[in-house]
Amino acid sequence: MQDPSAMPALQITGLNKNFGALQVARDINLALRPGARHALIGPNGAGKTTFVNLITGALPPTSGSVKLYGEDITGLTQAQRAQRGIARTFQINQLFRGVSVLENVCLSIAERTGDCNALWRPAGTGRAVIDEAVHLLDRVRLTEDALKKVSELPYGRQRLVEIAIALGQDPKVLLLDEPAAGVPSAESHIILDVVDSLAEDIAVLIIEHDMDVVFRFAKEITVLVSGGILTAGTPDEIAADERVREVYLGGSHHG
Amino acid sequence: MTDTAAANAVDYLLKRHRFRPSEALPWVLAVAAFFVFPDYMALGTQVLIAIIFALSLDLILGYAGIVTLGHAAYFGVGAYAAGMLSAHGGWNEPLTGLVFAGACAAIVGFLSGWVLLRYHGLTLLMLTLAVAILMQEMANAAEIWTGGFDGLTGITIDPILGMFDNDLWGHHYYWYSLAVLALMFYVTRRIVYSPFGQALVGIRENVGRMHAIGSPVHRRLVTVYTISAAMAGVAGGLFAQLNAFVTLDVLDFARSGAVMIMIILGGTGRLYGAFVGATVFTILEDELAKISPEFWEFGVGLVLVLTVMFVQGGLLGLWDKVSSRWIKRSA
Ligand SMILES: Nc1ncnc2c1ncn2[C@@H]1O[C@H](COP(=O)(O)OP(=O)(O)O)[C@@H](O)[C@H]1O
Ligand SMILES: [Mg+2]
Repeated sequence: MQDPSAMPALQITGLNKNFGALQVARDINLALRPGARHALIGPNGAGKTTFVNLITGALPPTSGSVKLYGEDITGLTQAQRAQRGIARTFQINQLFRGVSVLENVCLSIAERTGDCNALWRPAGTGRAVIDEAVHLLDRVRLTEDALKKVSELPYGRQRLVEIAIALGQDPKVLLLDEPAAGVPSAESHIILDVVDSLAEDIAVLIIEHDMDVVFRFAKEITVLVSGGILTAGTPDEIAADERVREVYLGGSHHG
Repeated sequence: MTDTAAANAVDYLLKRHRFRPSEALPWVLAVAAFFVFPDYMALGTQVLIAIIFALSLDLILGYAGIVTLGHAAYFGVGAYAAGMLSAHGGWNEPLTGLVFAGACAAIVGFLSGWVLLRYHGLTLLMLTLAVAILMQEMANAAEIWTGGFDGLTGITIDPILGMFDNDLWGHHYYWYSLAVLALMFYVTRRIVYSPFGQALVGIRENVGRMHAIGSPVHRRLVTVYTISAAMAGVAGGLFAQLNAFVTLDVLDFARSGAVMIMIILGGTGRLYGAFVGATVFTILEDELAKISPEFWEFGVGLVLVLTVMFVQGGLLGLWDKVSSRWIKRSA
C-alpha cells in the first residue's frame, strides 16, 4: 500500500475528451501532490479550460479517471466533487452579480458548511459564516467593497471575488483558470499576491499566460498542445525545452 | 477604515432580516381598507387571495429565477382539493380544508417539480405550461369528481372557528384571508432571509457557479417549488371556500398569465411586489371590466408593456427610483 502522505491530492489518468471529431483532451496523465504549485500552459484552444471542466465534472470525459486523495470521483457530479474539496475559478467571471460581494462569499461558505439547508432561520444568525466571510474578504483586500454589488465593481476587483468564492469552499485542490485575465497589469499584482499567499497545503493548478508569473509561482509546469501533454517538468526544464519555445514561448528566453 | 467597513458589513447582515417600520404599511392599509371601504370587502378578499398566489410565484420566480407559465396548476389543485373535500368527503371545516388544499398542491408540486426542474429556459417554460394544461384536461375528464365543465358544486363550508360564516358582505372572509396571507407572508419572509433563501438567489444569479461551489441545485429548486405549490394551493383552497364553487377556470392559462403579470408589475424578488402587483392588477381588472371586457384586456396589456419598458423592478422599483432621487435632492 501507498504511504498516505505520498498519495497525490489529485490524480488524472488517461483522460480523453472528444467534441464530435475534435479531440480536446488526449490521454492526459497528471498528478498534483498535496501543496502542489503546478502551472498548465499552452496556446489558446489547447484545451486547458476543457481540462479544468473535466476535473471539476462540468464536462463528462470520454474516457479516463479522476481521483481525489485516492477516491475515484469520475462518476460524481460537479457539486459532489466541489463538496469533496475541488474548487475552481473561471476564465470568464461566474459571479452572483446582483448581490453584494460579502454575500457572494457567504454563499460559498454556507453551501460548504451546510448552512444553506436551513430555511427557517435568518442568515444573519449564522455568525460563523459571516465572520469567516469577512476574514476572507480581508485576505483578498475586498473589505471596502463588502457591501457593494458585484456588478458595480471594476473588472479587476471582480476577479478577486472570483477567487474569494473559490476560497470560501476551503478547497483541497484549487484550479485557477487565468485568474488575472483581462486585468490591467497595473492591478494584476493584487491578484497574483493573493495567489502567492494561498495556504501551503492546497494543491494549486494555475492556467496562466504571463510567463513571468508562471516561472515565479510554479514548481512544476505542464505544457498542453492540441489537447495532449507536450511535456512536463520543472520551470528550468521547460524553459530549456526547444519544443516548448517553438510552440509556445516563441523563442524568447525566460528563467 | 477597513475595520469600520468590515463592522458595517457584518452589521448589515446581522440585521437585514429584522422587520423595518415601513413593513407595517401594507398591513395597516389592509386593516384601514376594512373600515374605509366596508362595501368593497368581496373585492378586498379577491385581492388578498391574489396576493397569496402572487407571493407564492415570487418565491420561485423572483427569488429562485424559475420562470413558469403554469402556476395555476397548483392554485387549481388546491381549489379542487378544498372543494372536493367538502363536496365528496363531507368534511366542511375550513382551516383543515386549507391545510388539505396546501398538502395536495405540495404533492403535485413536488412530483411535477422533480421532473420539470431538471430543465431550464424555454424547455422549462413549455413544461410548466404543459403541466397546467394536463391538470386542466384531467379535471375536465374526471367529471364525476370535479363536475367537469359545469363546475364543482355541493361545497358547504362551516363557519370559521365555528363562529364566522361567509356573510353577505364578505367581512368574515376578508379577515380570514388576511390572516392566511399574514401566515403565508411570514413563512415566505423567513425563507427569503434564510441561508436557503440566499442559495435560491444564487441559483437565480448564476446557476453554473452554484454547481461549481457544490450546491445541490436540483434539491433546492424542488424544495422551494414544493413550498410555492403549497402556498398556491392554499390560495386556491381559499378561493374555493369563498365561492363554494370551483370551475375549470382555476387551472386556466389566463390565471397563470395573470399572476405572472401581477408579479412583474409589482416587482419580482422583493416580497412586497406581490402586494402591489396583485392589488393594482385586481382592482384595475375590476374597474376596467366594468366598462368593457376588451377594455380590460387592452388596459392590462398596456400597463404591462409600460412597466416592462420603463421600469425594471416593477412599480416598487419605480418607487425606489423616485424616492431615492427625492432624498438626494432634499439632502
Ligand atoms: N462545449 C464545447 N463544444 C465543442 N467544442 C468546444 C467546447 N468547449 C471547447 N471547445 C473547443 O475545444 C478546444 C479547447 O478549448 P479550451 O479548453 O477553451 O481551450 P483553452 O482554454 O486552452 O484556450 C477549442 O478548440 C474549443 O473551440
Ligand atoms: Mg481557456
